[in-house]
Amino acid sequence: MQEDTLLQLNNISVVYSDVIQVLKGVSLAVTEKHIACLLGSNGAGKTTTLKAISGLLKTENGKVTDGDIVYEKALIQNSPPEAITRRGIIQVLEGRQPFKYLTIEENLRVGTATRWGKPYGKDLEMIYDYFPPLRKRRKTLAGYCSGGELQMLVMGRALMAHPKLLLLDEPSLGLAPLVVKEIFDIIERINREQGTTIVLVEQNANMALRIAHYGYIMENGRIVMEGEAADLKKNPDIKEFYLGMGAGGDAKSYRDVKSYKRRKRWL
Amino acid sequence: MDFFIQLLVNGLSIGFLYGLAAMGFVMIFKSSSVLNFAHGELMALGAFVFLVLIGWAELPVYLAFPLTLVFCFVLGFVVERLFLRPLIGEPLIYVIMLTVGLASMFKGAMLLIWGGNLYTFPDFLPEGLAIQWGSVNIPPVYAVSIVIGLIFLMLFGLFFKYSSQGIYMRSVADNQPAALSLGVHVRKVFALSWAIAALVAGMSGIVLGIINGINVHDLSSIGLKVFPVVILGGLDSIGGAVIGGIIIGLLETFTGGYLSTSLRDVVPYIVLVFILMVKPYGLFGLVEIERV
Amino acid sequence: MRKLHFHPCGNFNDRYEQELTIFETDFGRTAVLAGLLILFAVVPYASSAYFLYILNTIAIMSIAAIGLNILIGFTGQLSLGHGAFFGVGAYAAAILATDAGFPFLLAVPCAGVITALVGVLFGLPSGRLKGLYLTIATLAGQFIIEYLLVHWEGLTRGTMGIVLPEASIFGVALGGDRCFFYIAYGALILMTLIAVNLMRTRYGRAFVAIRDNDRAAEGMGIPIFPYKLLSFAISSFYAGFAGALWAYYMVSITTEPFNLGLSVEYIAMVIIGGLGSITGSIFGAIFITGLNEGLRWLTDILMSTNILSAIGLSMAPLRELAFGTAIVLFILLEPRGLAEVWRIIRSNFRLWPFSY
Repeated sequence: MQEDTLLQLNNISVVYSDVIQVLKGVSLAVTEKHIACLLGSNGAGKTTTLKAISGLLKTENGKVTDGDIVYEKALIQNSPPEAITRRGIIQVLEGRQPFKYLTIEENLRVGTATRWGKPYGKDLEMIYDYFPPLRKRRKTLAGYCSGGELQMLVMGRALMAHPKLLLLDEPSLGLAPLVVKEIFDIIERINREQGTTIVLVEQNANMALRIAHYGYIMENGRIVMEGEAADLKKNPDIKEFYLGMGAGGDAKSYRDVKSYKRRKRWL
Repeated sequence: MDFFIQLLVNGLSIGFLYGLAAMGFVMIFKSSSVLNFAHGELMALGAFVFLVLIGWAELPVYLAFPLTLVFCFVLGFVVERLFLRPLIGEPLIYVIMLTVGLASMFKGAMLLIWGGNLYTFPDFLPEGLAIQWGSVNIPPVYAVSIVIGLIFLMLFGLFFKYSSQGIYMRSVADNQPAALSLGVHVRKVFALSWAIAALVAGMSGIVLGIINGINVHDLSSIGLKVFPVVILGGLDSIGGAVIGGIIIGLLETFTGGYLSTSLRDVVPYIVLVFILMVKPYGLFGLVEIERV
Repeated sequence: MRKLHFHPCGNFNDRYEQELTIFETDFGRTAVLAGLLILFAVVPYASSAYFLYILNTIAIMSIAAIGLNILIGFTGQLSLGHGAFFGVGAYAAAILATDAGFPFLLAVPCAGVITALVGVLFGLPSGRLKGLYLTIATLAGQFIIEYLLVHWEGLTRGTMGIVLPEASIFGVALGGDRCFFYIAYGALILMTLIAVNLMRTRYGRAFVAIRDNDRAAEGMGIPIFPYKLLSFAISSFYAGFAGALWAYYMVSITTEPFNLGLSVEYIAMVIIGGLGSITGSIFGAIFITGLNEGLRWLTDILMSTNILSAIGLSMAPLRELAFGTAIVLFILLEPRGLAEVWRIIRSNFRLWPFSY
């Protein structure tokens, strides 16, 4: 384990309801103050990996059965989520889960749960600076906000907890391309300015690899490939399967779409 | 006319107490969607503990009242810890049957200790609180119950609206996984909602005990009246619980005054069936939006 | 000759019929038949009148408990009005037998049907809602029915109670505990058979589907509302049927016993016996009746000794305490009830002495 590794997963297996094995030996390491992205198709186990880290597996009757998760030199696998969040790991759930009947500001205040009783006025200001649209709507119920605003809200809510490690699960889900770009810019800014380490799970591989430092590709509950983001972008397989380009690197036109698929090299 | 006003005042003050009791019930329902059938027993227990403190231990009221509330608060915590926590994650119907079991357990225990007799508190409310208005006489208890009702409603309103702990509790009711992901201690919230519910129940039990006398059977059957109250107000609306309580309280006293005393105790349930027929989510309840 | 079936070491069913069988082995079937034979041929003549009374009570309670189990254990809906529905059955039978002059054989099933209709009346408003609204509606039903039983004097004669004529079948009088033993247990076997077989039909499977996931059940094309209501009607029918038998057995009935306490008692039977198990309901009825009689016996002993009579008087609430504690302990420690305990005991003897 290197000095600046914040989080390390060693060969973990996750089983749901004692029967369904989802992760089959996942290992990854996240360097402090870096952005690591986790790519893969649906059902590859990306979300499960995040939930294994944040301890939310428990509520879904899942368990880390093998391997260990090391965070700041302490073992945290299968700890309750209250304990893990208090160590500074906050997960932003997939599909934006706002508290619909709370106002924007109240939503943000829930983020102070890990440090109850401490002042939070400055943090609110900081969040409103990062996400200006939220300031205008601070008194509206979250249930009435648009998708983009909600994504900002849930990220802001997580930032309120002063996370050292932020787990983002598909922040681009269901958003317009322009909004996606805005969100990713903010993610990069948060990483740069706050020094927050980020693990990013994405379908939008193009965007994710643009801001990430390091990337992992997951398939069927395994990590099948990893590398520096820049290297991954150049990899012909990644290009074809995730970035939608021809093997040559140029954007693929519909004419060239093959009716068969080249066998993935890592299988 | 005077009779009418008298009934109105009585109904209002009893209604406030029902509303208070129902508020505790709604709190438990909102945070953990458990219907608590032992609510009346918690009310009775509060009244009896107060009786013991004030009658047997002869403590002054200003000491006995807070002590009772503290006891109820702790009791709520303990009940949640011992009986409810092991069942987190089990099907809801088990939890609800558990509260049915708890209800008859508490009731039996109280009957064993105090028997089915009717007790009254020693008179401690100063007569000066009584309000004489024309020929309408409002006894001190009713005045006190309205005041207590209003004070606690305001306190709870402020607590849930502005305090961090209140916001955490609402967040759990709203979206439990999201609350968990932000580090809200969900089990603590469950325990806290039971503790607060027991506290509120105990308090309304004391005041109802002053009005009607303290009897295990009476108080625990009043506890079941929270069901018509909350159905009327909407199961998940705290404000609705209070308004439902007032409506039920008025309805009861007017039925008792104008129609017949025996019908008095059934009227809330007839209203309940009627409400289920025409406006099943209550007057203020949220219609749940289900996405599959 | 057909080969005898024994328990295999594991689950080797390869056809649905095998999953559905009531008796997995020939030994089980023989044991049950032999047990019934002993029950009918030996027990009535070998036991005292008091013991027969307990046995008859158990049979009647079992029928009602089976009904409640269909609702709670199989359909996942909680009813707090089972005691009142039991009372409706009792009063329906009494009124039919006295005012309308119905014979015993007709009055009992008719009482069941009337109770089912009353149940549907209370189930209608709540059935269309999701969640546990039925529980709340049945709570209202409990109180409203109790009130009507006392105050609708034109029909129920209020607190006076009703005295029933002696039960008779085709002119043969059926007085006495021993005669009634055959009726009660005949009815219990009939109702158990109906319940067990009902649960093997599409209706039973629909109930279980609704219990396990109502949304998924709806997606599979099960109309939830009619099925919930049907389950509630069946459950009420069982309660009414048992109530009618009870009325005939007691000869005279009053309004007192059919209170919320009785409803809780039935819930206790179902939980202690085991949710979703027909035999469990019978175990539950045995357990609760035994507990009741045990506590009464204890009270009697204390009352008869002069010094302790004061303590004896205060024993009455012990019943409530004991029920409550039993419910709570069973839910916390063995949520599947006595039926599960029985299954564990049985599987220990399975393939004895070489269990796995």
